[in-house]
Amino acid sequence: MSRQSNRTTDSKKMNSELFTLTYGALVTQLCKDYENDEEVNKQLDKMGYNIGVRLIEDFLARSSIGRCQDFRETADVIAKVAFKMYLGVTPSVTNWSPAGDEFSLILENNPLVDFVELPDNHSTLVYSNLLCGVLRGALEMVQMAVDVRFAQDTLRGDNVTEIRMKFIKRIEENLPAGDE
Amino acid sequence: MADESLFDFLHMEIVSHIYKEQQSSKGEMDNKDRAVCVSVLESMGFRVGQGLIERLTRDSPSFKDELDVMKFVCKDFWTKVFRRQVDNLRTNHQGTYVLQDNKFSLLTQLSSGKQYLDQAPKYLAFSCGVVRGALSNLGLDSVVTAEVSVMPSCKFQVVIQKL
Repeated sequence: MSRQSNRTTDSKKMNSELFTLTYGALVTQLCKDYENDEEVNKQLDKMGYNIGVRLIEDFLARSSIGRCQDFRETADVIAKVAFKMYLGVTPSVTNWSPAGDEFSLILENNPLVDFVELPDNHSTLVYSNLLCGVLRGALEMVQMAVDVRFAQDTLRGDNVTEIRMKFIKRIEENLPAGDE
Repeated sequence: MADESLFDFLHMEIVSHIYKEQQSSKGEMDNKDRAVCVSVLESMGFRVGQGLIERLTRDSPSFKDELDVMKFVCKDFWTKVFRRQVDNLRTNHQGTYVLQDNKFSLLTQLSSGKQYLDQAPKYLAFSCGVVRGALSNLGLDSVVTAEVSVMPSCKFQVVIQKL
């Protein structure tokens, strides 16, 4: 019995390692292709966006979460359901702005950065920037325009990883003319 | 623990990105461009394969011989990376091996049959690199290629390079 459960944990862990190692190979390749960190950050965000717009469908199919009533509910779903489902970690939701349109996700440990160290000449690289793009793309598909950025990063010496999310506006659905 | 689907999404986007970047300067892709893309994907896979096999075999005893290594790759390694075992391993006992996976995990979402057959090589380059990287860290230099005739079944050909 216990041997079987070991194998399942091992296999999940190995899949996790496949993902984190592949992500590392991607960042390394982008650093080779583009001259500066800013450009790499942009590419990571763009790629994340492309993943996010597809990931949301996978998420909605697997989680059977209904429409969120407000941004607070959205934050909870992102932290407690989405992050848990995809990355196996549950960030805490804190630092709400007084207007309720901005919050932080605090990650004690970021699975993307297992085995990673930033060399000195890449101090402005936002290694996990793909995550920002994913969140942005996914939320855009559910009619929310958001701004996502890293406020703290353990790779750059901070104690925790903090992702700051700000609600910009609701995106109106554009129905083609003539549809009922 | 990252979910399995994350790797699938990431891999698809990486392939898409590499091909878009290569194409953007000209608008049309020729065979040389395609070869560059395949080569980039393969070398990314190589690094990943090396890392993965290191983690997997940390506590294992060393292998008896080449066939032992290949069997390990077909069973344990394939299960960990591609979520199933290789269905069929053939060899000429002279350094060439053919690994057949009838439901290759990176192809199952593309099609079952002949549709998109011409697209399959794009999605196999990375995996060939992973296998080559794993073998490299197990002490075997190889050339790994993949061939698809009916999706999602795939044959990987491994030719061990004798020094």
